[in-house]
Amino acid sequence: MKTILTAAVLSAVATGAFAADHCAAGKTLTDGTLTIATGNPAYYPWVLNDAPEAGEGFEAAVAYALAKEMGFGADQVTWVRTSFDEAIQPGVKNFDLNMQQYSITEERDKVVDFSAPYYTAPQAVLTTQAIVDGGATGTMESLKGLKWGVVASTTALPVVMEQIEPDASPLVYDDNTNVTAALQAGQIDAALFDLPTALYLSAVVVEGGAILGQFDPAAAENPDQFGMLMPEGSALKACVDEALAAMTDSGKLAEIEAQWLQEATGVPLIQ
Amino acid sequence: MTRRAAYEAQQKRRANMIAGVSTMIVLALVIVLVPLAPGWEAVRASFFNGEVFVRVFPDLLRAFMLDVAIFAWSVPMIFALGLAIALARGNANPALFPLRIFGAVYVDLFRGIPVVLLVYLVGFGIPGLGLPRPWNSPYIWGTVALVLTYSAYVAEVLRSGIESIHASQRNAAICLGLSERDTMRYVILPQAIRRVVPANMNMLVALQKDVALLSFIGPVEILRQAGIFKSLLANFTPYVAAAVIFLCVTVPATRYADYLLNKDRDARS
Amino acid sequence: MPDPRLSLRGVTKSFDDVQVLRGIDMDIAPGEMVCLIGASGSGKSTLLRCMNGLEPVDDGEVLLDGVDIAEPGFDLGPIRQRIGIVFQSFNLFPHMTAYDNVALAPRRVLGEEARERIEALFARFGLADHMRKYPDQLSGGQQQRVAVIRALAMRPQTMLLDEITSALDPELVGEVLDVLRRLRDDGMTMVLATHEMSFAREVADRVVFMDQGVVAEEGTPERIFSDPQRARTQQFLRSVAR
Repeated sequence: MKTILTAAVLSAVATGAFAADHCAAGKTLTDGTLTIATGNPAYYPWVLNDAPEAGEGFEAAVAYALAKEMGFGADQVTWVRTSFDEAIQPGVKNFDLNMQQYSITEERDKVVDFSAPYYTAPQAVLTTQAIVDGGATGTMESLKGLKWGVVASTTALPVVMEQIEPDASPLVYDDNTNVTAALQAGQIDAALFDLPTALYLSAVVVEGGAILGQFDPAAAENPDQFGMLMPEGSALKACVDEALAAMTDSGKLAEIEAQWLQEATGVPLIQ
Repeated sequence: MTRRAAYEAQQKRRANMIAGVSTMIVLALVIVLVPLAPGWEAVRASFFNGEVFVRVFPDLLRAFMLDVAIFAWSVPMIFALGLAIALARGNANPALFPLRIFGAVYVDLFRGIPVVLLVYLVGFGIPGLGLPRPWNSPYIWGTVALVLTYSAYVAEVLRSGIESIHASQRNAAICLGLSERDTMRYVILPQAIRRVVPANMNMLVALQKDVALLSFIGPVEILRQAGIFKSLLANFTPYVAAAVIFLCVTVPATRYADYLLNKDRDARS
Repeated sequence: MPDPRLSLRGVTKSFDDVQVLRGIDMDIAPGEMVCLIGASGSGKSTLLRCMNGLEPVDDGEVLLDGVDIAEPGFDLGPIRQRIGIVFQSFNLFPHMTAYDNVALAPRRVLGEEARERIEALFARFGLADHMRKYPDQLSGGQQQRVAVIRALAMRPQTMLLDEITSALDPELVGEVLDVLRRLRDDGMTMVLATHEMSFAREVADRVVFMDQGVVAEEGTPERIFSDPQRARTQQFLRSVAR
């Protein structure tokens, strides 16, 4: 009994020592702890049940895998919640990493640091069966004639404006819930989301929801890529990128994506 | 110059000098001390970025025109409905008692509900009942939400104005043989409305700001446009620019309301 | 005596628990000028307001040309055109010019654009130059004259005048009293509550002394002022003479 206990203590010390040796040592807000921010609430399928601690959902799973890669045990990961505004406001931040489907853009990169991308998000068109029955199809020509809605803090608006160039000016909302409410109220015909979000909203949230198609990310000039957001000039960035590269090389990242975002295949491409 | 006038002139000079010096000191402290704060550079870059300001200002100004338009078409409806509610509440006819109850409930209800909630409730809720386009437009129902809230406030202001007109005015009109209706229309209301102009001016200033709440249900007005820029540029300067545009409208309006209020007070004292 | 223009029979009136009129009987003949005198609170104003139905009476009858206008539910609208009333505090409409003050009721009630008639009234009472002014641009005496014109414009048969000089500076009282003299000469039936004893003595056909809600004594001005019978009347006249 005594031996087992000693062994456990020794292994714990060993784990701690490993972390101390890793490049993240001394670069986090709290020594020996990795503080990760998510949204409030955090949405499916990125985080399941709004409980990132469970490690379920794509971003939650990536977070724990990344932490492990950087030498943090699961119990050394702490979660906080932030809004988009809190993530970019000047001053001291309360997270090491902020992970809530932030698209990497040049302008944003001037103000904050982004990790290497951990997911390339195809943009998908969410609509309702009624609109599809009304004759809407997954062609650019058809999309132009639709009334669009997007979330203000996403990169969907530039995509709609520059790629679809709709006839009527789009309506803009604070969050996913408001977009789906407007869709349900018939105030908009279609909304642009990253594919996993669109699939979830279509299946679970929007009554009679339908996906009209996805934009081929390979064909896009600037594909929408999600990166982890860090304070400008973060010392941690190099370690995070290194860990992400390792996860990509080992196939770990693809494995997580396959586990949590598997439904993404089979959605037709927008012509 | 009389002795008295000379004394008062001297007192005034003194007061002006003290006011000037103290203002200078406060200004100097702000200008010198704030930039000394360690985070000032970050705050300046994030909130007071000249480059961003110049880039977003024209688009914000264009978006502000939508605010102005919503304001412009809301105001007549607010005053018409507010007046109707105020008159309904003041009605003494027993046959119209239900109208009086309705007026009272209306005012309590719509003054009590936060405007934001009403904007959501009416803006998403009513179109959700299945209205066809264009009758489900967020512009229509957002306007309805504003009109409901502000007409409740205006009704109360007008009612207080009506009640502030002395009973002798009503008596004089009735004794000339005027009907209750004509008495209200020609004698009481014109005086009551004039008396509550300052209070209503303040209401309009508040309305001009609350128009921005319509952005929650879709319309891209100035606040939303600023939010889009903020998200795009990861910078808060667009909000500062929006605030500047708002202030250009609301400060003169507020000052004018104060001026009217003071004028009214002087006239009555 | 011809049939009275206005008759009061046992009129009582209370405000809350205070009985202001305790049974008034009175007849006013066409063309007669009656002055109500008495201390403040004796019920003069309330009596006038009961005569045109502005205050509903509690009990008793108010007969205008033989018709009881105090009957509960009686439509007073048409009656009010026949009885004009002028108040102590003028009660002009401050947002209208003097002319519009006068023209409003003829326009709305009689349905006539009585322009010439109204201008003639202004001219007659020396206010032709002031028609376009607002009440706050006029002196108290001018305002009160406008108020009289406003009542006259409805062509009433009877005028009720409620202490219409009491709110005026002493030097302005005369011009308003002059107006009343002219109305008397026209043969207007008038009931006037007043504190101007010498005026009452000069113009009244009859003086009514009111005390604590009843008619304490009445008679010709000569008799009331020279030979009051009641102790209260004597006491009142002594107090105002001082």
